[in-house]
Amino acid sequence: MNVIEIKDLVKIYNSSEVQVKAVNGITVNFEEGEFTAVVGPSGSGKTTFLNMLGGLDRPTSGSVRIGGTEVWDLSSRKLIDFRMNNIGFVFQSYNLIPVLTAGENVEFIMHLQGRPKKERTERTKEMLEAMGIGDRIKSRPAKLSGGQQQRVAVARALASKPEFILADEPTANLDSHSTSELLELMSKMNKKYNTTFIFATHDQRVMDKARRIITIEDGKILSDEKFKR
Amino acid sequence: MKNFKIAWRNLWRKPWRTIITSGSIFFGVIFTALMTSMQYGSYDSMIDNVVKFYSGYMQIFTEKYYENKTINNTFKLNDSILEIVRTTPEITQYTSRLEYFTLASSEELTRGAMVIGIEPESENRVTNLKKWVNEGHYLNKGDKGVLVAIDLAKYLHIGIGDSLVLYGQGFHGVMAAGIYPVKGILKFPSPELNKQFIYMDLTTAQTFFSAPDRLSSFVLMVEDHYHLTAAMNQLRKKIKAPFTVMSWDELQPELVSMIEADKAGGVFMKAILYMIITFGIFGTILMMISERKRELGVMIAIGMQRHKLGIILFIETLLMGLLGALSGLLASIPLVYYFFKNPIPLTGDAAKTMIEMGIEPYMYFSMHPKVFYTQAIIVFIITMVIALFPIYKAFTLKLISALRA
Repeated sequence: MNVIEIKDLVKIYNSSEVQVKAVNGITVNFEEGEFTAVVGPSGSGKTTFLNMLGGLDRPTSGSVRIGGTEVWDLSSRKLIDFRMNNIGFVFQSYNLIPVLTAGENVEFIMHLQGRPKKERTERTKEMLEAMGIGDRIKSRPAKLSGGQQQRVAVARALASKPEFILADEPTANLDSHSTSELLELMSKMNKKYNTTFIFATHDQRVMDKARRIITIEDGKILSDEKFKR
Repeated sequence: MKNFKIAWRNLWRKPWRTIITSGSIFFGVIFTALMTSMQYGSYDSMIDNVVKFYSGYMQIFTEKYYENKTINNTFKLNDSILEIVRTTPEITQYTSRLEYFTLASSEELTRGAMVIGIEPESENRVTNLKKWVNEGHYLNKGDKGVLVAIDLAKYLHIGIGDSLVLYGQGFHGVMAAGIYPVKGILKFPSPELNKQFIYMDLTTAQTFFSAPDRLSSFVLMVEDHYHLTAAMNQLRKKIKAPFTVMSWDELQPELVSMIEADKAGGVFMKAILYMIITFGIFGTILMMISERKRELGVMIAIGMQRHKLGIILFIETLLMGLLGALSGLLASIPLVYYFFKNPIPLTGDAAKTMIEMGIEPYMYFSMHPKVFYTQAIIVFIITMVIALFPIYKAFTLKLISALRA
């Protein structure tokens, strides 16, 4: 079943002198439980593609349908709520809220969703333990290593029970050991919760784990391959 | 509560910055409180001096007397006015006066003078007249002697025990003439008053002016000028024509103008201080938003509505302002209290001028609650206005550029 349906997606940036087509007519679907890597050289348009897919950057034209909802027809307010309830984000620089502890960072999104305290507490514990950092629940991000912070970010993304998770270069700032651990955990989460993961990456180790690799160049899909792993 | 928690923790992310910003507010509040206290203290002292020196806080007289201060427009104090005054709780003291111009002569010299008939005991309670007696004795009830201001006495070459001839116009054109022994010499701080004042017992003055039981004014006192409005409101409701009641500020418009002019200067100084506070807070807020642009973008990206983000930023700004304002307020209370108890003595020309104006040469401070709460309210309003900026930023933040910041 398609979770995400993308049709003729275009993003044009107008600078003073030239028009840049960052994404140039991408049509692609994602199914539930996929573990997909969107790859391509720098400037190929993969991050822009992910941002439009995640409801962060408005496309110039085209359509993004998630679970039957036309994302870019939503009002700004509804779009924020839609992201909160349907999309999990993992960023390259972790982007945890520095004044909140690991536990509070995970709980924060459920707090925004208005979930009851008991559920929040239990799920926070469950997510952090699943990511192998249950013992760092009370630590602030500054006290955690990069790998640990990114695990908290994944736990935060999963906590809201989203349809899918978008991870933009999640391993770019991690050493190889942390990268392997993180990928292993994400793969486990993908299987355990059947949550769709879509990565934008350069990292070969991510590509090696992915069951589908979409290659983008000059804003267009160059190839779309599926693997059994 | 979560919003408050985040805001509070954000405040202490960079403790020094918060401390410095709150510190600028803290000192701003202390300076403005001190300045306001000093202003209010000096106005209180000026008003106090003026009203206790002569005018009283309020005076009752006839409407005609106010327009034309002649002996013919004096009045007889009736029981109903006395009753109104006695039943007005704010009024603490009152005294009667009959005053008019006359000629004062010694053996060879004559000069115009103001004769003021007073009730010696109550007048002393109201204006503390006794303390200006430089030579001789103060008046007693029914006394036939007079108190003469020092420069007038010098001009007329008279001293204690000498005779003073008064000659002028009495009630309804009757000739007023009399000879009175000098019982005391008065030395006021004001040279103007020293040139022209003669005090005598009220009954003696009424006899001199052939105006038995008549008064030119009925002088009323309250605890301080903060009680004046309540007293005036009550009196104005009850006292009807042909009588009228006036407060010190209506009787002394020049003093009111002086205070207003001084207040305007103070407002300018305070505006500068508040501007420094404003820019201090605003600078910090700008820096804070610019540093946390990506973080704010992430919060919106993961699902925080912009208005909720605005609330967090608003609370942060508010907390920073309140922290400085409240601590400044608390610290200013003992400081102002110290100066309230230990007014600063003035020296040199400033002191001389004040003495000449009949004002004690001290820089007084006021402990009136207004001194303190006004500063807190102003800083609170400034903070509220500045806090609108982060709300505006939260609503206009460009998500993608914030995430790339």
